[in-house]
Amino acid sequence: MSGEPGAGTLRAPRRAAGFAARADGTSGEKPLLEVERISVRFGAVLALNQVSLDVRRGEILAIIGPNGAGKTTLLNVISGFYQPYEGRILFEGRDRTHLRAPDVAALGLARTFQNVALFRGMTVLDNIMTGRLLKMRGSFLWEALYWGPARRQELEHRAFVERIIDFLEIQAIRKTPAGRLPYGLQKRVELARALAAEPTLLLLDEPMAGMNVEEKEDMCRFILDVNDEFGTTIALIEHDMSVVMDISDRVAVLDYGRKIADGAPADVRANPAVIHAYLGVHHE
Amino acid sequence: MAPTELSQPTNGSAHLDPTGDTFPKLLLRNVERFGDKVAIREKDYGIWQSYSWREYLAQARLIALGLAAVGFKRGDKTAIVGDNRPQLYWAMLATQALGGVPVPLYQDSIEKEMEFIVDHAEARFAIVEDQEQVDKLLQVQARCPRLERIVYDDPRGLQHYEDAGIVSLAALQELGRRFDQEHPGYFEREVAQGQADDVAIICYTSGTTGQPKGTMLSFRNLIVTGRNAIAYEGLRASDEVVAYLPMAWIGDHMFSFAQSILTGFTTNCPESPATVLQDLREIGPTYFFAPPGIYQRILTTAMIRIEDCAGPKRRMVRFFLDLARRVERRRLAGKPVPPGERLLHAVGRVLVYGPLRDNLGMSKVRLAYTAGEAIGPELFEFYRALGVNMKQLYGMTESSALICIQRDGEVRLDTVGTPLTDVEIRVDPSGEVLYRSPGVFVGYYKNPEATQQTKEDGWVRSGDAGIIDKDGHLRIIDRARDVGRLADGTLFAPKYLENKLKFSPYIREAVCVGQDRPFVAALLNIDVTAVGSWAERRGLAYTSYTDLSQKPEVYELVREEVARMNRSLLDEPQLRGAQVRRFLMLHKELDPDDQEITRTRKVRRGFIAEKYATLVDALYSDEDHVSVEAKVTYEDGRIGTVRADVRIREAEVFASGAPA
Repeated sequence: MSGEPGAGTLRAPRRAAGFAARADGTSGEKPLLEVERISVRFGAVLALNQVSLDVRRGEILAIIGPNGAGKTTLLNVISGFYQPYEGRILFEGRDRTHLRAPDVAALGLARTFQNVALFRGMTVLDNIMTGRLLKMRGSFLWEALYWGPARRQELEHRAFVERIIDFLEIQAIRKTPAGRLPYGLQKRVELARALAAEPTLLLLDEPMAGMNVEEKEDMCRFILDVNDEFGTTIALIEHDMSVVMDISDRVAVLDYGRKIADGAPADVRANPAVIHAYLGVHHE
Repeated sequence: MAPTELSQPTNGSAHLDPTGDTFPKLLLRNVERFGDKVAIREKDYGIWQSYSWREYLAQARLIALGLAAVGFKRGDKTAIVGDNRPQLYWAMLATQALGGVPVPLYQDSIEKEMEFIVDHAEARFAIVEDQEQVDKLLQVQARCPRLERIVYDDPRGLQHYEDAGIVSLAALQELGRRFDQEHPGYFEREVAQGQADDVAIICYTSGTTGQPKGTMLSFRNLIVTGRNAIAYEGLRASDEVVAYLPMAWIGDHMFSFAQSILTGFTTNCPESPATVLQDLREIGPTYFFAPPGIYQRILTTAMIRIEDCAGPKRRMVRFFLDLARRVERRRLAGKPVPPGERLLHAVGRVLVYGPLRDNLGMSKVRLAYTAGEAIGPELFEFYRALGVNMKQLYGMTESSALICIQRDGEVRLDTVGTPLTDVEIRVDPSGEVLYRSPGVFVGYYKNPEATQQTKEDGWVRSGDAGIIDKDGHLRIIDRARDVGRLADGTLFAPKYLENKLKFSPYIREAVCVGQDRPFVAALLNIDVTAVGSWAERRGLAYTSYTDLSQKPEVYELVREEVARMNRSLLDEPQLRGAQVRRFLMLHKELDPDDQEITRTRKVRRGFIAEKYATLVDALYSDEDHVSVEAKVTYEDGRIGTVRADVRIREAEVFASGAPA
């Protein structure tokens, strides 16, 4: 797993490059992630039907759609939880359709979950440290002795995690068990853990679900800041349309397993197919 | 006839040696005296980062030279805004080194308040913590073009700002480094020009009425007063303080800046306002200062945790805390403690008091001051009972923070102690306290009328009503203009009652009314943390502050707290008639943004009485509820309204004959 040259140190270009890619719309650069005609089947149910989607370097892409449209399934395919039934996925130009979740993570992809998935009994700090696991090298013995390279490594990782704690303003809960935190903060900790992996592409599954207005505003600011300061490319699923319109560069709309629209927020909002999907017009 | 004058003889400290009569000069001296001893610490990225006196000077020097490079002239003002950060203390010193005047602002002020001060102080420069403050000051700058440069410390979120006037502190220091090469010796020459009677700082007082006034304090004011207190209390270079109160407040300036430079002790800046309690515990300060509100909060946090304990543990803690209070009450009253209680107290020290003190971050405290407001007796007893040497202190911005301090061994519940060295005190026939000392301010900036009204022949009107007791201790009752009488002539000291109410962990703020009324009534704010956790334990669901505060169960809870306060008044013959008869819970929290309380959390009683006139009228009617509508100002300056139906309840009142 450690054999991949440069894996884990890959960094997206700074924001400036992201802007450039967005400005001309067509983007001369190759997309970071290419999803090509993916289909996913659960028994007789076709959850995703020939969906194609690009995620461009440096952008914030929102994936929206009514309940059951296949948004989370798409995220799960991208992150390697589900294997597609047909189609392929290219990450940084390389085919990785059949990689499993841990290998996908090693490529520089991190995610958060719709229902918070933290280690409830562990402190916030330890939870975030788990995000560094993929970056840790060294043998079990050294780790157990906590001596020599293992100690040095631990300190380096801790220093990195502290930067994230500072960045997300969660200093006050560093030592609090994650399970004792209010929901909004748990979501923020989950984001911190994902960031600890230094991802090139960050997948957020409903980062603002169940939050109050203030928490949502905070989360929006953090998402924009992450994108801005670290140059991380972000794909997120969100239901709150005002949030989607405010923070995303591009919006893709799914409905019944198909992609029905893809474009700038304003265009998507005006798209009749999207309006139909959201107003619940009958489909036979 | 009670004495009306008090003084403490001089020790000749008012004379300042010209090589050490300003803070920049003293800092140069500290580098020789202490060199690599830690001057200031800041918790950043989870680690306490230390800076020695040598680095303190080096950093401040570069900031000063950077300011000089962008055109800072002697007499210029620098607005300083942010949480307590070493960089901002250095910025103050840098400004003073160039013969300028730092003007610290409250970091949570809204734009309008900042605009008034920046404009009034004619600040040309601002040195601020982060993007939040930069954003506010950019708005201010649009209306106060005199403000030329905004310097920020934390670059987060600011990389896309293209304003010509804003610059990072690091970049400013880089300019300073270059300026230093072109103008060697510039800093030292500028420092040498400073004199004892130059204005060292302008502190804008939050003021319970009208616009803030800029109190000018000279180096002499601060150095002599600071030094007198150091000698009086035996402060030394090994002391540690935690700097967490607003930098704009004179208390913080005296303790974290002036006295730190005078003695060489270490100032510790917390990681963020939310981590103060944890950081306090990690540092274990030896010298601690807090207004009663902060002690109350520390206590409330601890009490919530005690309430959450298992039954036997909780009962043990309660038993020993009650014991400690009884013992402390006897000690304060100068009565002997029975041997049995003394023995149990020793056991309690091991089982409860020591661990609890450690938990509060107070195990090393030699000196814990409280001031700013009268402290509730219960709160005071609690800390002293734990073995924290808590003392009361009296002072104000106009006196360079200090007038009276309680001496060790002379600590009383109801006094603020005896005058500090060189301080004279007088109580005029109306009951107002006047004082004269080397710390008396130079004047209010650009406001000679106000200066004249307050200061005459060196005597300053404190605005507080007080008496000097038979032992020569000063006792403050209330604000001079607030002490009143009920319609039947009973003495009505609202703040005294409010403080008693606020000792309850469930009551955050209280406003008592009663002037020329038949009885006393109270408007209360619940403490949403404590009541919230209480409600949670009972499975009581609520949606918002307003909802929680209007629950009948919460009213019942608070009603018992009010009754307890009423009962405690029976011990005090003059105040017995001023028990709270009716009360209500305000539907919103009193907020400085709505001008209901000051930034230092003093209630603006007159303003509230006017704003909530319908509520007050209802308190004196037969109604058991009243509907209201209130304007609220959000943190971003927007204004909205809150509507609510507020209940009114009767409180239990005790007759003087009843058992206490």
